[in-house]
Amino acid sequence: MKKYFKDKRFTLSVIVLLILSFLAIFAPMIAPYPYDAVGVGPNLSPPIHGFIMGTDVLGRDLFSRVLYGARLSLAVGFCTAIFSLVLGTLTGALAGYFGGKWDQILMSIVDMFYIFPMLLLAILLTLLVGRGFLGIFLAIGLTTWVTQARLVRALVLQARELPYVEAGRALGLTHLKVLFKHIIPNLMGPMIVALTFQIPSNILTESFLSFVGLGLQPPYSSWGTLANEGFRGIQSYPHLMLFPGLALFITMLAFHFLGDSLRDILDPKSSVGSTVG
Amino acid sequence: MFSFIVKRILQAFATLAFLVVATFFLMRLAPGGPFDGDKVWPAEIQANINAKYGLDRPLVVQFGDWVKDLLHGDLRESFHYIGTPVTEIIRDATPPSLELGAIALAISFLVGTALGVLSAWKRGSLLDFSSMFLAVSGITLPSYLVATILVLLFSSYLGWLPPALWEDKSSMILPVVTLALRPLAIIARMTRTTLLEVMHADYIRTAHSKGLSGSRVLFKHALKNSLIPVITLLGPIAASLITGSYVVETIFQIPGMGQYFITSVINRDYPLVMGMTLVYGILLVLCNLAVDLAYGWIDPRVRVDALK
Repeated sequence: MKKYFKDKRFTLSVIVLLILSFLAIFAPMIAPYPYDAVGVGPNLSPPIHGFIMGTDVLGRDLFSRVLYGARLSLAVGFCTAIFSLVLGTLTGALAGYFGGKWDQILMSIVDMFYIFPMLLLAILLTLLVGRGFLGIFLAIGLTTWVTQARLVRALVLQARELPYVEAGRALGLTHLKVLFKHIIPNLMGPMIVALTFQIPSNILTESFLSFVGLGLQPPYSSWGTLANEGFRGIQSYPHLMLFPGLALFITMLAFHFLGDSLRDILDPKSSVGSTVG
Repeated sequence: MFSFIVKRILQAFATLAFLVVATFFLMRLAPGGPFDGDKVWPAEIQANINAKYGLDRPLVVQFGDWVKDLLHGDLRESFHYIGTPVTEIIRDATPPSLELGAIALAISFLVGTALGVLSAWKRGSLLDFSSMFLAVSGITLPSYLVATILVLLFSSYLGWLPPALWEDKSSMILPVVTLALRPLAIIARMTRTTLLEVMHADYIRTAHSKGLSGSRVLFKHALKNSLIPVITLLGPIAASLITGSYVVETIFQIPGMGQYFITSVINRDYPLVMGMTLVYGILLVLCNLAVDLAYGWIDPRVRVDALK
């Protein structure tokens, strides 16, 4: 543990993320008002005493809305990243370990998803399942798991040639046991690094989709939805967009530095995390 | 090399076909139709409309007809902009989008590599620090926030640049900067990282010990090899530019394809959706193909791997 906290970036980003998670989890207790309570203050007030981030067009407290937004944004980021981690790891591991026909079939599926434009998929999914959490979850999950699958496949391809795999086989373990009990646990380092880069990238995607109106709908207040609401009055009421944007920026920075430091600590050789979100 | 190219082109066609088929059938699975409005038509009129546009026939037959028309270069007329052929909409809307994307791609590649090289060369200097700060902000700031800050600063307060539209050169600056910032940041970081890695390689030490100057080693020997990972990134970057340009086009009111992309789906304007998908798909596939071929050309190991 000591070597982790020696890295200042790691310590700082962990502290920031812990505070953020705390605020998100206990939002109902911390927020001075419910996120959808209309008219609790004057309309479109700039930050004043009692409303530290000001109020929006319906007199809702922006601070409360941003707090609840942390819940939604972090939840979407985590859930989609876990989804793509599980699905991508399964696919990539099977393709990489068994090779041959398996590899060809699985990887051609991966390639098809890889080129599917995320925006188009998101639109089509919102038509099928409606705008909201499920649509956004599927749109992000289905377009990001392929990156994970490619990464895991490449890692398994290298790992399966190592002596411990042969040793495990010689001891009579089945292929699946070798793969899931021995190879995958050994790849945890790079996979965790990839996860810490995937979460912020997904949070950014969620805010992008909500900003263009495909994501979570009002009165839900994800940071993208709030930014979308604030964008309409940007000249006169910049606080409506700046505070949700700032919250998103701080979260992104924290995850970014966490990923960077984890990569240096766990996996000094690889260059994952350079993915484009 | 030849069989490598053929294989890649066949793959590109397969992906494009998948994209088109998936969009066609997913679109039809979605509830609602192109002529659903506030008023409910009498059943006979609805049946007549469906018959006119061939919507009453089995889906597979409709798809076959659409492909047949496509092969004749006909993308049909839009359901929403009645009487306007989809090909005409595409012809008018493509140039601004392509210009925006191409300029942003070129700038992000040129400026990104330049910044990356400079920071690797002057590692630890103020220049390194500030360009990496720019890179981190570029990766972490959402594009709508970048656009807002730029417009507020340069249009509202300073009044130097127009806040919207796509007319003269000055109106292109803000959208291009917004769109290019993120890929630029990614390329700059990638170039810096790989260049620093390459500088530890044996052949660089050899070049130094031969008495070559530092800048000559950097530009002649190290840069070429460190560009390989950057070039592989260009495919996903081009794809993300195509998506990213939607937001930029919306914010800056650019008359490009972005405005039709979401509205056509929401209007269930089937011919326009298919036309847009086709254009986006071809662009994406072409970008990936170009990158794959460039990669195979630079790094011969890739060609051999792909043919195994």
